Amino acid sequence: MQLKMDGEKPIFLQFAEELEEDILKGIFEEESQIPSTTEVAVKFKINPATANRGVNLLVDEGIVYKKRGIGMFVATGAREKIISKRRKTFYDNYVLPLIKESNNLKLGKSEILNMIEKWCDK
Amino acid sequence: MSIMRIENVSKSFGKTIALKNVSLTLEPDKIYGLLGRNGAGKTTLINIITNKIFGDDGRVTIDEENAAENDHAQSKIYCMTEKNVHPWVMKVKNGFRWALEFHPDFDIEYAFTLADKFELDTDKKIKDLSSGYSSIFKLILTMSSGAPILIFDEPVLGLDAAHRELFYRELIASYSENPRTIVIATHLIDEVAEILEQVIILDNGEVALAEPVEDILQLAYTVSGDAESVDKFASGKKIIREETIGKFKAATVFQKRDDEDKSRILELGIEITPARLQEVFISLTSSQGGKNK
Repeated sequence: MQLKMDGEKPIFLQFAEELEEDILKGIFEEESQIPSTTEVAVKFKINPATANRGVNLLVDEGIVYKKRGIGMFVATGAREKIISKRRKTFYDNYVLPLIKESNNLKLGKSEILNMIEKWCDK
Repeated sequence: MSIMRIENVSKSFGKTIALKNVSLTLEPDKIYGLLGRNGAGKTTLINIITNKIFGDDGRVTIDEENAAENDHAQSKIYCMTEKNVHPWVMKVKNGFRWALEFHPDFDIEYAFTLADKFELDTDKKIKDLSSGYSSIFKLILTMSSGAPILIFDEPVLGLDAAHRELFYRELIASYSENPRTIVIATHLIDEVAEILEQVIILDNGEVALAEPVEDILQLAYTVSGDAESVDKFASGKKIIREETIGKFKAATVFQKRDDEDKSRILELGIEITPARLQEVFISLTSSQGGKNK
């Protein structure tokens, strides 16, 4: 997990997204414990309230949950939730920028489709 | 858990106005950055809070109790100052025991743990410590004090990079386990930006800004590109900094962005980048000519 302190994106949001990424990659498996906000705050030298806010985003979405007195755990079905959430924003986050840059480079529809097909055939 | 209120505090030294009508509330258990350029009034404010000097006007209260000449209120604050209050010939370990005499909540075990982590030789006499270790000794006293309000004035002065890192991490860890109000007065804004929850910027003795860091960063952003388009966008907005290089211009806006602004930015084809705390600070405090204006 890495956080960028360049101000591009609020830290709590980055932290939430990085956690999701790690859950998706299986670094944190479902029903396993994630690092405490103290550990995270100390590691990245951020305010614990910021780390807390990031985790709470995922709690609100049912991706992680709190076990009283023990810590935070990845919920069952968390990966599915993350995948369906990311599918919804795939077009905006990945396809639109691709189209924008291909317009800059004067790449036509068929050229782009060829590239994608080439990858699919691999 | 303690709340500190600073109400209309003013202070002059002869003809020099050090603080002008400063009012602030320090809420319990938050980390504050006290930022200001040299001579902005940070140390004067700290000295008034800690009863080292008197303000000319206004007052400071801690949990609704007057802080001036009040040992009970002052016992809730521990301030790491540049001056050493310990007898110089005392050994570090005895310095810790001494602190326990004056501060019943002093966590001596934690002090020794920290000394170990910083590799501070507790058998050394305080007077024989290097300037870096002298700062570390004072940092440890402050962090172990057990007071609900900790004030650090330039805490990492003289510390090497590894020790600065260690200090920040230890501060976060102890704050996280045991929340209290922490005030960090520093010039190294980039180093502490992510640790702070609230920022107080003093400029020429006045409060230029006192807001949560997050709110500040939401308000501040820089637009850049073709000078004409940037001007079009910026007109009528609160601009805190402008920079022009030939036909290129960058303007830092300090004002909430609405949907109309967002579409204007796209329409004009200008770039938008978030501002960093340090940039906001520089923009708000870099008055040309300063006091002689």
